[in-house]
Amino acid sequence: MTVTGAPVWAVVPAAGVLLALALAAAVLDSVLDTAGIGADGTAQAVRGRRWSRPLAEAARLMRQRGRTTVEPDRLLWRIGTAGPLVAALLMAAVVPVGGTVVADLPVGVVWFNTVDVTLWAALWLAGWGPNSVYPLVGGYRFVAQALGYELPLMFALTAPAVAAESLRVGEVVRAQQGLWFVVWMPVAFVVFLGSVAAFGAWGPFSSPVGRDAAGGVLAEAAGVDRLLLLAGRYALLAAGSGMAVALFLGGGAGPWLPGWLWSLLKTLAVLAVLVVLHRRLPVLRPERIVRIGWLVALPAVLLQVLVVSAVMVAKG
Amino acid sequence: MQTALFCVLAVVAVASGAAVFVVDSMARATYALALSFVAVGVSLLLLDLAYLGVVTVLMMVMEMAIMAVFMVMFMMNPAGFMPMSMLHGKRAALAVSGGVFLALAALALLVPWPDRRGAAPADPTRAAGEAIMGSKMLVMIGVSAVLFTTIVAALVLAVARGRYGDDESAEHGHREGRGPHNGHGGGHGSHADHGGPGAHAGHGDHGGRIDHARHGTHAASRPEGSGT
Repeated sequence: MTVTGAPVWAVVPAAGVLLALALAAAVLDSVLDTAGIGADGTAQAVRGRRWSRPLAEAARLMRQRGRTTVEPDRLLWRIGTAGPLVAALLMAAVVPVGGTVVADLPVGVVWFNTVDVTLWAALWLAGWGPNSVYPLVGGYRFVAQALGYELPLMFALTAPAVAAESLRVGEVVRAQQGLWFVVWMPVAFVVFLGSVAAFGAWGPFSSPVGRDAAGGVLAEAAGVDRLLLLAGRYALLAAGSGMAVALFLGGGAGPWLPGWLWSLLKTLAVLAVLVVLHRRLPVLRPERIVRIGWLVALPAVLLQVLVVSAVMVAKG
Repeated sequence: MQTALFCVLAVVAVASGAAVFVVDSMARATYALALSFVAVGVSLLLLDLAYLGVVTVLMMVMEMAIMAVFMVMFMMNPAGFMPMSMLHGKRAALAVSGGVFLALAALALLVPWPDRRGAAPADPTRAAGEAIMGSKMLVMIGVSAVLFTTIVAALVLAVARGRYGDDESAEHGHREGRGPHNGHGGGHGSHADHGGPGAHAGHGDHGGRIDHARHGTHAASRPEGSGT
């Protein structure tokens, strides 16, 4: 399947699709979440329509008054708050849907990597801005765990690029005709998925927004600020899932259905896996993430890149 | 169009570079520098050096995110609440930097730039790499792998004993009475109460526990604490 760039107006539907996927993830998460916090602060079973909670919550947050703190760094706080959603949109720009991509960059893979690195800054700033202890703790936790996941993520991105002999995401999709990369790069795929969860501060990597720190980066965010951060988190997961589909799961390849539908279905499937696993795994402290990242994931994914390189050299 | 874009980027790069020395807060100074580097990276894109431009942004944002941590940790006045100047030895610095700027600008304007011979290569990044490395490319690639392995090995050796003394106890870091570092884990938050007004002046009020300089700075740097 060849991938071509789209006209400029494609930015709007692409953003819509990303937000719809983020909403889908939030709905699934809400449906799976059977326990809520009751009025007395204890966990209680939630009755009623759980699937509509994300939209109701969004509506509530939009009407809620924003919160301010004593001497916040408002500029940096705003930048940090907008950061995750903006980063997700920038990532989605290089993710092909079927045979179309918003920006067919020759260095799409590096672009994706660069945007996820800006999250280091965004989350730290979102923690720094409010001049409050718990967000600050969350921001530092994110930078600490970023040190753990970033290098494995870089090498996980390297493997498909080496196999496709190109940094263009469209070329990576095209190189998977016949055999999806997930088949012979399972380690890179798993590390990539883990890194997506990590830069989304999700599941085992959610200590930056952890309950033990009163919500961490989210602790002081209210109203639209909170909505932006929460939506940004889901959008990051959605964009990362889309990239996983393009890099490892053959993009829009599949029988009967049109390519764009396959891309979306696969993205939803990966997203669902991330959302479901989120409730099944314990939260890891950043120092343990660094240990796992550097002592397990990094050597494993380096070996994976070695295997891929050897195969490519042998193929000539 | 390209010229206009370049002018905008150049102004952003220089202005945010100057802002580094104007703003009080270390966080703002660091990220002003990051913005300056991003503008430089984007202007590389104008030269069709897509890879170099994007990688410059990647490296610089990452570096600045790390640097912000160290700036806040070691510099005075991390949050910009105290009056302080980043400028030292103003006159000499002004003379030197002004002179260097004028000299470089004069060079750029006065040197007779050669006209382009031949067409631009299809992949300028590859061409730039080959022009710089030439026949040493393979050696450089080999060296980069060795360097990277060295960094990983050095880190593994340096931190093998872990943060809490010996390795396995890292899992039980907040056991009480395990040396000066106990109480990390959930302990960050507890430093809020060290952060009364004036706590910034030093870490003396942490009872001389040097290790607190590391944890305590966060709280101490924002003396007002939570406003909720």
